[in-house]
Amino acid sequence: MLRVEGVTQIFGGLTALEDVSFRVGKGAITGVIGPNGAGKTTLFNIITGLYTQTGGKVFLEEADISGFPPERLAPRGLVRTFQNIEMFHQMTVLENVLVGLHSRSRSGILSCLLKLPRQLAEERRMREEAHTWLEFCGIADLGGVEAGALPFGKCRLVEIARAMAVNPRILLMDEPAAGLNSRETADLELLIRKIRDMGVTVVLVEHDMELVMDICDAIVVLNLGKKLAEGTPRQIQENPDVIKAYLGEG
Amino acid sequence: MKRDYLLFILFALLVYAVPTFFKGGYLLNVLVFMGINTMLAVALNLLLGFAGQISLGHASFFGLGAYCSGILTATYGFNPWLTMVIAAAGVGLLAFGLGFPILKLKGHYLAMATLGFGIIVYIVLNETVALTGGPSGLSGIPNLKIGTLLFDGDLKNYYLIWTFALVTMLLSINLAHSRIGRALRAIHDSEVASRVMGVNARLLKVQIFSLSAVISAVAGGLYAHTMSFISPASFGFNFSVELVTMVVIGGLGSIFGSFLGAALLTILPELLRVVQDYDIVVYGLLLIVMTMYMPKGLAGGVAACWRLLRSKKVKAVENAQG
Repeated sequence: MLRVEGVTQIFGGLTALEDVSFRVGKGAITGVIGPNGAGKTTLFNIITGLYTQTGGKVFLEEADISGFPPERLAPRGLVRTFQNIEMFHQMTVLENVLVGLHSRSRSGILSCLLKLPRQLAEERRMREEAHTWLEFCGIADLGGVEAGALPFGKCRLVEIARAMAVNPRILLMDEPAAGLNSRETADLELLIRKIRDMGVTVVLVEHDMELVMDICDAIVVLNLGKKLAEGTPRQIQENPDVIKAYLGEG
Repeated sequence: MKRDYLLFILFALLVYAVPTFFKGGYLLNVLVFMGINTMLAVALNLLLGFAGQISLGHASFFGLGAYCSGILTATYGFNPWLTMVIAAAGVGLLAFGLGFPILKLKGHYLAMATLGFGIIVYIVLNETVALTGGPSGLSGIPNLKIGTLLFDGDLKNYYLIWTFALVTMLLSINLAHSRIGRALRAIHDSEVASRVMGVNARLLKVQIFSLSAVISAVAGGLYAHTMSFISPASFGFNFSVELVTMVVIGGLGSIFGSFLGAALLTILPELLRVVQDYDIVVYGLLLIVMTMYMPKGLAGGVAACWRLLRSKKVKAVENAQG
């Protein structure tokens, strides 16, 4: 589904990522883990087009998407969520999700200015679909609330609903459980499984090891910008290099 | 959403009813200016309030529209309606070309770039004397005409200009409640997230910049044909800043707010004549107090008062029943 090949990122004199390669299987949940500063978020930023890598390539279903800006990736079905929640905080929850439908709607400036019948029909369809995504994430009652007024846990859900509205084939989640309490994390786990069951490939960067080991089908471990290990959760838990990286040498 | 359209209909009725009370004279003339300022403020609000991109050079698009229309009619004898279309298209193209490089800039840098553009236009209008008449201005611009109806008096101009202003407001309300309006506000709140959602932020910013410039140019054409005389002094840096003030005082992202801001800033100097030389001091103080106590602008202030009134009414009813 997604293939990262020899990706290297150098910021000034600092090598954030060095020759990282791995594959993400279709329909699976893949976790990217590693200690702080391992380069996980940098890797996400490269895959999702926010950074342009110094070297290496990224493929989405065999198509080279290296260097594509994010607005070209959304129509191809690659979407992400953010660690620090990038909400459209002055808009309502429903409007946030409607922005997710942007790349799948067509009305141009002129037809929006003039409110042509085609635009009105499209608008009605978009609103219906946005509501189904709010329901999907269990926040149907929050549609009219201004996003900036929501508690943190709900913001996560809005962000996921918004991302799902893009109709992703692959969803990258940057620390989705960060800042959530244990009940919210449990709900999140169910939601991620539900997304996977719809056939969406999920990649997540996460520090909550319990969650990662629980839901991931495969795990990639990064340390100091390099790939340390790759395998099933069980293989990773037993890998001596991984234990050393996390706990230090005994 | 429905509330916006209801409010618009009431507002339009009010606008068309106003001349029944003032048949002409000085006040009507002020209201004509208010209409032009409303158009300009709404246009700038699309860029500043919705997309969150500053422009300190918007008076230059207004000026280019006015001069393009003025020169083509007064000097070359074109039809005024045709020249307004030419001016709008020309300014739109110019803004589109200009937008690509400068809208890459953000915040203060964008402010500086647009400021620079405004100053260049101002200098050009002053220095190309053979074409524009220079600092002493351009006169003899004909009035607009539909059939045999010549827009030459204050009353006729009032209807003409306010029709354009109302259309501008209606189209902007339409835009605000569409996918484009939402994408613009998304860019305002988080450009990164908007792009991840598939919004081509760079192109959309340039498009809205051009649209805003086109509306300003149309307002410029109307201004030229109504006044029959234009000079560069009306299109300088001061007026650009005044436009930004109208939008901010009125309420960022509120179409009716832009009208309120434009109305206030058009009327205030007239009202302040009573305090004579101190007008600029009072003017400044008022603006400071308003930004301090109404951070969401006049539109936000009016909405807050409305809510307060309603909750008081509800309480009064409850008390009466209880």
